[in-house]
Amino acid sequence: MLEQVGWDRIEMAKKVALDIPDKSYVNLGIGIPELVADFVPKDREVIYQTENGLLGMGRVADKKNEDRELVNAGKKCVTTISGASFFHHADSFAMIRGGHIDICVLGAMQVSSNGDLANWSTGSNSIVPAVGGAMDLVAGVKKIFVITQHNTKKGIPKILDKCTFPLTGMNVVDRIYTNLAILDVNKEGLFVKELADNISFEYLKSKTEANLFQY
Amino acid sequence: MINKIVKSLKDAVANIHDDSTIMIGGFGEAGSPVELIHALIDKGSKNLTIISNNTGSGHVGLAALIENRQVKKMICSFPRTANSTVFPQLYNKNEIELELVPQGTLAERIRAGGAGIPAFYTRTSINTLLSKGKEHKFFDDNEYVLEYALKADFSLVKCNISDRYGNLTYHATARNFGPIMCTAAKETIVQSKKIVEIGDINAENVITPGIYVDKVIEIENPAHESELVESQIRYLC
Repeated sequence: MLEQVGWDRIEMAKKVALDIPDKSYVNLGIGIPELVADFVPKDREVIYQTENGLLGMGRVADKKNEDRELVNAGKKCVTTISGASFFHHADSFAMIRGGHIDICVLGAMQVSSNGDLANWSTGSNSIVPAVGGAMDLVAGVKKIFVITQHNTKKGIPKILDKCTFPLTGMNVVDRIYTNLAILDVNKEGLFVKELADNISFEYLKSKTEANLFQY
Repeated sequence: MINKIVKSLKDAVANIHDDSTIMIGGFGEAGSPVELIHALIDKGSKNLTIISNNTGSGHVGLAALIENRQVKKMICSFPRTANSTVFPQLYNKNEIELELVPQGTLAERIRAGGAGIPAFYTRTSINTLLSKGKEHKFFDDNEYVLEYALKADFSLVKCNISDRYGNLTYHATARNFGPIMCTAAKETIVQSKKIVEIGDINAENVITPGIYVDKVIEIENPAHESELVESQIRYLC
């Protein structure tokens, strides 16, 4: 296990949360993205959609109040906020594919400098491929934020010139939040918006395969 | 008199035959019609094509149907979930086919199937392996891929409350694929936690109008898939 360098998962989730504006409709992916909801500033009203048919998702349910038929996309038991609504899957994906959701926060296996995302398959035949709603989200949601460790557990860069894994979508990512930095995906390439505490631009470059620019 | 209520699980699945295409509702265990699936295992129909978001977990429900070698092909978006081992093992041995479909495309293909729309274009899966070999077309400078509707011989769906007309309401996120699957099959078979008198469901609250439903069976206390899995229950002995 590598020692944590830069921000931890909670700090990364906090950084994403600060970039979610008041009145946004947001879809959170499975894993680290689920943490984001806990840190959105209290004076902002943000509505969470979960692709399995709920707008107005609340917090994870207490053990004693779990309803096995009230779950999020990761199949965890959740709660509803007051003012929530349920709908069927085609309506849920009409929200997603029809461009009605403002922000989606997703995990990544790889992201490229032009905003290509790979997060559903390593291309290996030994693992059953599973895509879920990822391709719909990147095709339809207005802004895609990716939250991910900067490198794999073995230290291999995940921010690349070109993804080597099969793509979820091409040119779809707007901003990348890692343990080392926040990167904007611009037409000219990846720009460092913020460096994590005690991380230098030179260190970041040494951990990144893609070219990086400073504002 | 219209009366879609059937008295036994055996009657509910009586028409299902070998080589059928069957839609099965549910997102994981939420909305999974476990009792109807078990009745289909008892009936033993073979060579089935199953359209469902997942492939079941443990050794009950959809996973048991697959384990009993009744399924030749799965059409789904997320074939591996926590505790799902049956499908991956058969898939890795090339003993079951998989058509992997993005979740929104899966839902829209089912909706289209029920609405008499043969195919549609979508942005989803553009520039990925899942749109390879499919017809592409540009609209307003954006590229789209052609996807075909899905229809089935049977749909198995779980709902919350129904009446003899087959009007249905659902519970929370167990609704998921139920309403669209009801529309896309020649015969729609529903298990309901409660059957009430005509008129007891307020017309404003009906989610699936009865026209889409052929059979309803009351299953008052349906099993929770996760509890069966935790108790390591195997449906097949």
